[in-house]
Amino acid sequence: MTPEELGKLAAKEQKARSACKHRVNVCCAAGCASMNSDKIKDDLQSAIKEKGIADQVQVRSVGCMGLCAAGPLVSIESEGKSVMYKGVTDGDVSEVVESLEGKPIERLNLPTDMPFFARQEKIVLENCGVIDPERIEDYIAVGGYAALIKALTEMTPAGVVGEITRSGLRGRGGAGYPTGLKWGTVAKSPAREGRKYIVCNADEGDPGAFMDRSVLESDPHRVLEGMAIAAYAVGATHGFLYVRAEYPLAIKRLKRAISQAQKIGVLGANILSTTFSFNLEIRLGAGAFVCGEETALIASIEGNRGQPRPRPPYPAEFGLWGCPTLINNVETFANIAPIVDRGFRWFASIGTDKSKGTKVFALAGKIENTGLVEVPMGIKLRDIIEDIGGGIPDGGKFKAVQTGGPSGGCIPKQYMDMPIDYESVKEAGSIMGSGGMIVMDESSSMVDVAKYFMEFCKSESCGKCVPCRVGTAQMYDLLEKIHKGEGASDDLAMLESLCELVSQTSLCGLGQTAPNPVLSTLRYFRHEYLELLRDGQKELAAAGADKGKDGAV
Amino acid sequence: MSAKPRVATAWLDGCSGCHMSFLDLDEKLVDLAGMVDVVCSPTVDIKEFPQNVDVALVEGAVSSEEDLHKIKLIRSRTKILVSLGDCAVTGNVPAMRNFFTIESLFKRAYQENADVPLRGEPASTGRSIDGPCVAVPKLCENARPIHEIVKVDVHVPGCPPPPDAIFHVVAELLAGRIPDASSLTRFGK
Amino acid sequence: MTTMTASPSSAAHDIQVVTLKIDDQEVSASRNQTILQVAAENQIEIPTLCFMPGLKPMGSCRICLVELAGSPRLFAACVTRVSEGMTVITDSPRLRKYRKQIVELLFVERNHVCSVCVSNGRCELQALAVKLGITHITQPYRYDKMVVDSSHDLFRLDHNRCVLCTRCVRVCDQIEGAHVWDVAGRGIDCRITADLNLPWGDSDVCTSCGKCVHICPTGALTEKGTAVAEMRKQPDFLPYLTIMRENH
Ligand SMILES: Cc1cc2nc3c(=O)[nH]c(=O)nc-3n(C[C@H](O)[C@H](O)[C@H](O)COP(=O)(O)O)c2cc1C
Ligand code: SF4
Ligand code: SF4
Ligand code: SF4
Repeated sequence: MTPEELGKLAAKEQKARSACKHRVNVCCAAGCASMNSDKIKDDLQSAIKEKGIADQVQVRSVGCMGLCAAGPLVSIESEGKSVMYKGVTDGDVSEVVESLEGKPIERLNLPTDMPFFARQEKIVLENCGVIDPERIEDYIAVGGYAALIKALTEMTPAGVVGEITRSGLRGRGGAGYPTGLKWGTVAKSPAREGRKYIVCNADEGDPGAFMDRSVLESDPHRVLEGMAIAAYAVGATHGFLYVRAEYPLAIKRLKRAISQAQKIGVLGANILSTTFSFNLEIRLGAGAFVCGEETALIASIEGNRGQPRPRPPYPAEFGLWGCPTLINNVETFANIAPIVDRGFRWFASIGTDKSKGTKVFALAGKIENTGLVEVPMGIKLRDIIEDIGGGIPDGGKFKAVQTGGPSGGCIPKQYMDMPIDYESVKEAGSIMGSGGMIVMDESSSMVDVAKYFMEFCKSESCGKCVPCRVGTAQMYDLLEKIHKGEGASDDLAMLESLCELVSQTSLCGLGQTAPNPVLSTLRYFRHEYLELLRDGQKELAAAGADKGKDGAV
Repeated sequence: MSAKPRVATAWLDGCSGCHMSFLDLDEKLVDLAGMVDVVCSPTVDIKEFPQNVDVALVEGAVSSEEDLHKIKLIRSRTKILVSLGDCAVTGNVPAMRNFFTIESLFKRAYQENADVPLRGEPASTGRSIDGPCVAVPKLCENARPIHEIVKVDVHVPGCPPPPDAIFHVVAELLAGRIPDASSLTRFGK
Repeated sequence: MTTMTASPSSAAHDIQVVTLKIDDQEVSASRNQTILQVAAENQIEIPTLCFMPGLKPMGSCRICLVELAGSPRLFAACVTRVSEGMTVITDSPRLRKYRKQIVELLFVERNHVCSVCVSNGRCELQALAVKLGITHITQPYRYDKMVVDSSHDLFRLDHNRCVLCTRCVRVCDQIEGAHVWDVAGRGIDCRITADLNLPWGDSDVCTSCGKCVHICPTGALTEKGTAVAEMRKQPDFLPYLTIMRENH
């Protein structure tokens, strides 16, 4: 397919779309699908056929609309107007079909101007819930693969790297490493035996995180396009998508997307009739959290035990089979096409000085609107929790939010007005991480939280290096002892010294960050530990005298 | 110094090897005897651990309720507590039972391996199921090094620590210094 | 990034020698050497455990961590290459504290009852404890029950004494070419296993060469028929083999 042909295909799809009076979108991403939304979609389709209006109504499965807690979700676009229905069941189907020509159903209505939707700013998720992820035509209709055309026909590889660099995009996989800088390194590293690789890290292992899964399930072509652009920019011809095997739907959609893309010639040899070729393969991760670490991921793709190795050398110079390898996260790749398409200035205008663009978060825990949200960097924590998240349910009071999963920490309420960006979150003792946000109310025990994450790290440690392998196990035992009320101040002191050891001496990020949940809960909620100690009263009293100083901003 | 320093030695769950090593100081013992008052020791016939002890050398792991009681008493009456030997310092051989339940331990020691008839044994097996008689102190779940129970001031590993290491430690303590035995002995020495 | 070319004009860039400072000592080195190698050449001793000359370094025990001026991070000397102008600090209160803690963790992880070990007195873990001045273990012992595999005709594997240095895994794979050993499990449950979890004696590929036994730093791999403190290891074959292979 040539760029012109692709343009024609887009025009044709758009025309077919506008020819329809109503478009009914049923969320069939994992959350809603688990509540039988597939059947609702089928039922809707047959009801419409029965009614004889099939030519005016398009029913399709779309990806995640974000408010998973209110699922199954159905959205209807009719001549410029749109309504959204929540908690739709089989029983509602005929009523929904009737309502197409009448008034919206009050009972199911989910106001789309509620802050949950209105305060979001969507780049990564802009197609999610809007297009059918299983049809490449849908993606093309909303401008998909136009950025790839632009890169291949109007830009040099160095120009693409420059564009990404100037956009200020930083890696969304956790550490926030500048994406353009990484691309530049891979671009400049000499290929080994003519080979360089692109890897998309879709191992998403943080407990409670499902941002990447959602993107892959709802808009897989966006990721493929980002990878293809990256390959062009750094001079790679081969890529891998490393997806955890626990994501069967994402895998299915990716496979379909890859074969569709190959068929129309946006992947494979001589892409869009240019000299650029790029092939993609899927590799499944067996569910070890540590395999999300880039060097372990490389070992795993190479067929070895998924264990990290010391860096340097970094994968950008010495990656898969010793070749320069670009590894980026799913969300990072999902940002590429819009940047190339709309230009770095547009992207850099969103967010803060050092953190550009948006970030997708998975809201979970004690919060009204659990689900997926995309917000501009720099938004206040309060806006996410209270406005978008709808606050704490059952009249509860906010206590803290845990970000960054097992590598992150708890941010207490005195940081409610802190802007969410890489630096601020770090200063508050946590990390941006990949986007998990677990909200806790006053009933949560912070020692519990720390213990939970330590148990996770202890069982996910690959066991290669001593401080992480033994240190996390010892820390877990100490936390358990304290939790049971059997600990003393010596145990707390030992816990703190292990935190330092493990963070400073572990080989990879898992061990280096494993103490974070303990450190951050100790920083803000030390009294909860002291209250559990057999001999904590003295320090507690001393801290009480100091009250106000402790943990204040 | 008006009075000589009061030195005590004690023995928990150990084999007495550390005391033997102490006695192996041979003629140096005579020198020592002139410098200190040995106020309590398995080698001295005093039943109750005395008050105001300056230095206590304790051999053995803490294995039973009696050991627990003893070590707490010793700690409360002693200025400088020395963990003498691997059992005291690491748990060593006594701690090798920690992988087993006390029940299976008793079964092994007092039934399967018993070669004398025990009180209350059923005629058919010739083995008692009552375990040791009531006078034996109850075992703790784990045998543990002393410093996990009470604060220890000086650790002297070794199985047993060589006599010259023991002498060095005592001599340094008498000279008012806290000794470091790491160059003279080690785990398993 | 400078790329090497063969043209004479760039000969200056081809110079492979760098100068650096290790503990206030100015030293020169070849660009592809590790900090550990250069330190050893200059009689600066950095403690190690998983490292074994002749095997690929792993950087996993973390004992050889050193500081580099200008970086808050620590670097494993066995896997970090020297570079021009580098300033390496191999000993500091911080490093000493961490090394001690790591060795302590190894002592609590398994059941190293030195007094009844065939390697007593000739064990690298014991030696490290002595070198680092460890007279007792401040961490609580784990007392995890471990098995002893005595199924091999000649040798014995005692998990109670394994420090998971993977020297055995590497020597059997990289030198003997049999690849009997691997690490199974995760985290604290990691174990050395033979042939995908067979008793060692049932391994079809083990040649009984004894290489793993003789480079094992502790009493984990030993010869049968040895009593306490009797096991004498002869790891010297490895440097010999390495030299012979390199000169081949
Ligand atoms: C223990 C561990 C787990 C990780 N898991 C993931 C993951 O699931 N997904 C991911 O994108 N990055 C993960 N990372 C980060 C990757 O190593 C790597 O930095 C990232 O994929 C780079 O992509 P980015 O620059 O686009 O963020 C993990 C890192 C560590 C240390
Ligand atoms: S820090 Fe933990 S996960 Fe990372 S290499 Fe070490 S043991 Fe493995
Ligand atoms: S058996 Fe010996 S050589 Fe092998 S990992 Fe254990 S300690 Fe190292
Ligand atoms: S004896 Fe030789 S072949 Fe057998 S496991 Fe050891 S190194 Fe491998």
